Amino acid sequence: MNPYDKLFPPKRITLSNGKTVEEKRSRTPLVLLILLIASIVSVRITGFNFSTIINRGNQFFVIFRKMAPPDTSYLPKIWQPLFDTIKMSLLGSFIGSLLAIPFAVIASSNIVRNRFVIAVVRLFLSIVRTLPTLVTALIATYIFGLGTLAGTTAITVFTFSYVGKILYEEIETADMGPYEAMEAMGFGKVNAFRYAVAPQILPSYLSNCLFCFEGNVRYAAILGYVGAGGLGLILNEKIGWREYDKVGMILIMLFFTVLIIESLSHYLRSKLT
Amino acid sequence: MTVQEQFERRPRAWLYQMLIILIVMAALVWSSSAIQINETESDGATVALRIINGIFHPDAKLLFDLSRQGVLYLLLETICIAFLGTVVGAILSIPLSFLSATNIVPRPIALIGRFLIMAIRTVPVFVYGLMLIMVTGPGPFAGLLTMSLCSIGMLSKMFIETIEDLDKRILESLAAAGCTTFQKIRYGILPQLFPSFASTIIYRFDMNLRDATVLGLVGAGGIGAPLIFAMSSYRWNEVGAILTGLVILVLIVEFFSNRIRNKLARGL
Repeated sequence: MNPYDKLFPPKRITLSNGKTVEEKRSRTPLVLLILLIASIVSVRITGFNFSTIINRGNQFFVIFRKMAPPDTSYLPKIWQPLFDTIKMSLLGSFIGSLLAIPFAVIASSNIVRNRFVIAVVRLFLSIVRTLPTLVTALIATYIFGLGTLAGTTAITVFTFSYVGKILYEEIETADMGPYEAMEAMGFGKVNAFRYAVAPQILPSYLSNCLFCFEGNVRYAAILGYVGAGGLGLILNEKIGWREYDKVGMILIMLFFTVLIIESLSHYLRSKLT
Repeated sequence: MTVQEQFERRPRAWLYQMLIILIVMAALVWSSSAIQINETESDGATVALRIINGIFHPDAKLLFDLSRQGVLYLLLETICIAFLGTVVGAILSIPLSFLSATNIVPRPIALIGRFLIMAIRTVPVFVYGLMLIMVTGPGPFAGLLTMSLCSIGMLSKMFIETIEDLDKRILESLAAAGCTTFQKIRYGILPQLFPSFASTIIYRFDMNLRDATVLGLVGAGGIGAPLIFAMSSYRWNEVGAILTGLVILVLIVEFFSNRIRNKLARGL
């Protein structure tokens, strides 16, 4: 019996036919209490203060107002870093999602029967996934030098872990009937996987890769902050020099790029499913 | 008809497939210029070895330090930032997503709402961080507000999907049973929305915890700033200590959040 039910015994209701049923007490008060305590502790530690927001909230828009009107003459200098950002995320997403395939296959419990191997590969994938992308990017700049290669590496690592995790979950939910039938007919494991499991998971795999690419474009814009190339580099520079009209122009270009890529990927993903 | 005949009649899409492969190849060739080896002072491999060596020998003193500079306190601060940031973000996104759901408001208004959400999502984290530091000064408070603004994009996107999937027939049957508007909302709408909303919020909390390092870039509190300081001054043992703490924390939180979300998905 659950300790919570012992503390607050379930309500007994006697029905008209003489039968008694039990209604468990709602967990809502407990959850609310935990949330309340967590909020109070967090407010204490972070120094959250409503009056500051109300009194000084208008300060938030100071930089915003300086961004308008955006400096359109700066546009020609944006193209190069913008394309760098797209290139970084395209290449990183592609390599990352290719690398993820073998690891995901080894990590799925319906293909590999060895529990130890599965646990090790999954732990590896989770640890890589928890590494902040910024940290990977910074380490990559120390190894490969400043520039787009570092950013590409960071995006590859992130995509690898993200797609890898989703892919092994996808493989585990695949229908194993055809796979077993093919093995029974004498196919090897690789061929059975290629003809029975791969067609089932391919559409969702491609759609996840596209989704990841979509997010990576936005993420690649941040990576420049640590010197990993792309849009973040000039964004950081212009913020440092307080040329906010140019910052505004960069943000507008980023907005339209993300808009185009997202609608394209949305269209492709709707075709896939 | 034999199997062979049916096999011969399979749809031939090779032209289409070749076209897709060509486009992907062209895109890859175009983007391969992103790989450019820049000259570094020292050999990359030795640097990598030194980094890996440092990270795998974490500074235990820093890891178990209980003072305000220790990893444990920083992690607690990070959790608090992520928690309140997610809560505030969720509170901000709920009205926004109701205003952008096509089954609640007319289409043009919904489009404006989506455009707004998209614009909020585009601005990179550190730009928000800088703007909010003008409001609150550097520290965890600014980090919290930054986190909440960054959460809006994904949260409201998922919320909108849930709202648009609402089953309206339940409302009709409740109305037929004679329920008042309040009862219809309480028993018809809330039970449909709550599990999915809660699951999305918990997932976002997970993500926020993982992304909290970004806040360190602008000095907005949490574990990011010490981590980036340690990295830029090549103190890899400290980096190892901080990363160990962060990875373990994220793995624990992820484990519990997955369990709660599984429960929510299956119904409590």
